[in-house]
Amino acid sequence: MELKNLYREIVNEHNLHPVHKGDLENPSMILNGVNPSCGDDIYLQLQIDENDIVTDGKFNGSGCAISQASADMMLDLIIGRSKEEALKYAENFMGMVRSTASPEEIESLEEAAALEDIAHMPARVKCATLGWKTMQRMLRDGETEGGMSAPCGACSADDK
Amino acid sequence: MNVIDIRNDFPILKDNPGYIYFDNAATSQRPVQVLDAIENFYRTTNANPLRGLYEWSMGATDAYENARQKVVKFVNADSEEEIVFVRNATEALNLVAFSWGLDNLREGDEILITVMEHHSDILPWQMVSRKTGAVLKFIEPDNDGTITEENLKKCVNSNTKLIGMAAVSNVMGVKNPVKLAAELVHANGGIMVVDGAQSAPHMKTDVKAIGADFFAFSGHKMLGPMGIGALYGKRSLFEKMSPFLSGGEMIEYVKRDSATYAELPHKFEAGTVNASGAVGLAAAIDYLENVGFDEIEAQENRVTKIVYEGLKSIPHVHVYGNEDPAKHSGIVTFNIDGCHPHDIATVLDDEHIAVRAGHHCAQPLMEFMQERLDMEFRATARASMYFYNTEEEAQRFVEAVKKVRGWLGF
Repeated sequence: MELKNLYREIVNEHNLHPVHKGDLENPSMILNGVNPSCGDDIYLQLQIDENDIVTDGKFNGSGCAISQASADMMLDLIIGRSKEEALKYAENFMGMVRSTASPEEIESLEEAAALEDIAHMPARVKCATLGWKTMQRMLRDGETEGGMSAPCGACSADDK
Repeated sequence: MNVIDIRNDFPILKDNPGYIYFDNAATSQRPVQVLDAIENFYRTTNANPLRGLYEWSMGATDAYENARQKVVKFVNADSEEEIVFVRNATEALNLVAFSWGLDNLREGDEILITVMEHHSDILPWQMVSRKTGAVLKFIEPDNDGTITEENLKKCVNSNTKLIGMAAVSNVMGVKNPVKLAAELVHANGGIMVVDGAQSAPHMKTDVKAIGADFFAFSGHKMLGPMGIGALYGKRSLFEKMSPFLSGGEMIEYVKRDSATYAELPHKFEAGTVNASGAVGLAAAIDYLENVGFDEIEAQENRVTKIVYEGLKSIPHVHVYGNEDPAKHSGIVTFNIDGCHPHDIATVLDDEHIAVRAGHHCAQPLMEFMQERLDMEFRATARASMYFYNTEEEAQRFVEAVKKVRGWLGF
């Protein structure tokens, strides 16, 4: 998709009118994800029930349109899904960024698949993956509360 | 100076009409004269300089040492002993920190730098501070980026033994009061370290007029190749300093457990040198001096004025720095309400316009600006112009920036 169309048709809407931005009242898990070099900074909050289903999710924070929109689209996908399914989406998204995902895996990402091209721009990879990496740290590694920095090699590379 | 003729000397500009390159503070483009000089070195006299006893090696040595002489004159140093070739300004500043800082600073001393410094003029001093116990202090500028005489004098005390300062800020474009800083620190018996990475490409350098004890700059920001830069150092200081790196070519005698070092400047140039880089840098200096810094500054100011005033007139655009575009050294840093600088750079890239966005390797300054100037994000967009940029490019750039908010959904 042509870049400005991508913004116009998908990114801007999720950035300026995010569905899932805000705070959950009693999240089961909360984690801060940051790209120190860009200043992208999100708090991801997930509500997980006894059957390991992500019943609700919100994000808060600030950053570029790509990081915000990507997190919003991610929550669109994973709310109502099991932990495993959510992690599978994350795997597909990371695979898309690394060009290792199959067409089916990319298609499974629905709207978020539109970020394929921008996620290949070295300077923007970290923006697009911030929410997804934060979610992986929560659901896969069990991290919650307090923040750990996501490494941001690509972001610092554009700032000499 | 005819800017169209000048652009014809730059293959990348000539071959890409319509592409607006406004990221010159990061690295400049190179004219064919520089590219040819580098190629010519490898085609005609390539050999390992400074050691071979045969024609080609002596030719390579000559080319390398002639380049050094060019730099001696370029910065107004006294002799070739005061010019050390390095990779870039970063390496030059590290050399000073390791070889002078660690041996000469101690607990109770103060290192004073500005909050506007590039990370390459912050991190080496943090290291020196950690290892010696000297305290690292920061001078803050006014809201428009100016470091006032009053503020500078307030920050210097009898313990200030080293001042590190960019001659020109890579974010604000402002010229800093390096000469006054040198006078103040010299009164304490301390030294003045000038980061000239952003000044050397744009204005005449005179280390004696500044009073610099060390002056660091990179070749790649001033039409030269990447991987070559120079450090000017006062001979009296260089002579007493230990080598920064050690190995080949910087020695006189080597025994199993000891060595004596080569004379200046070779004491600081361990390993095979970047002779082609030095030759390219010399060609770049020739090119700049041929155009002339008066002409260079005049063209930059014409273009910068259009960019600065154009951006200022756009609603929701915030332009930082001095109100006089002539005080920007070609650098205009800005933000747009609601738009993250990375998104600004991405949509401008789609218009074939290259600008920088992010923290510009100056995170302490970004933090300072965010707090002081109420910036939405801890980052900015930056357009940086050089003398080969045109008024027409400046106008097209302003028109593009007018559309950014629309592209980003506002």
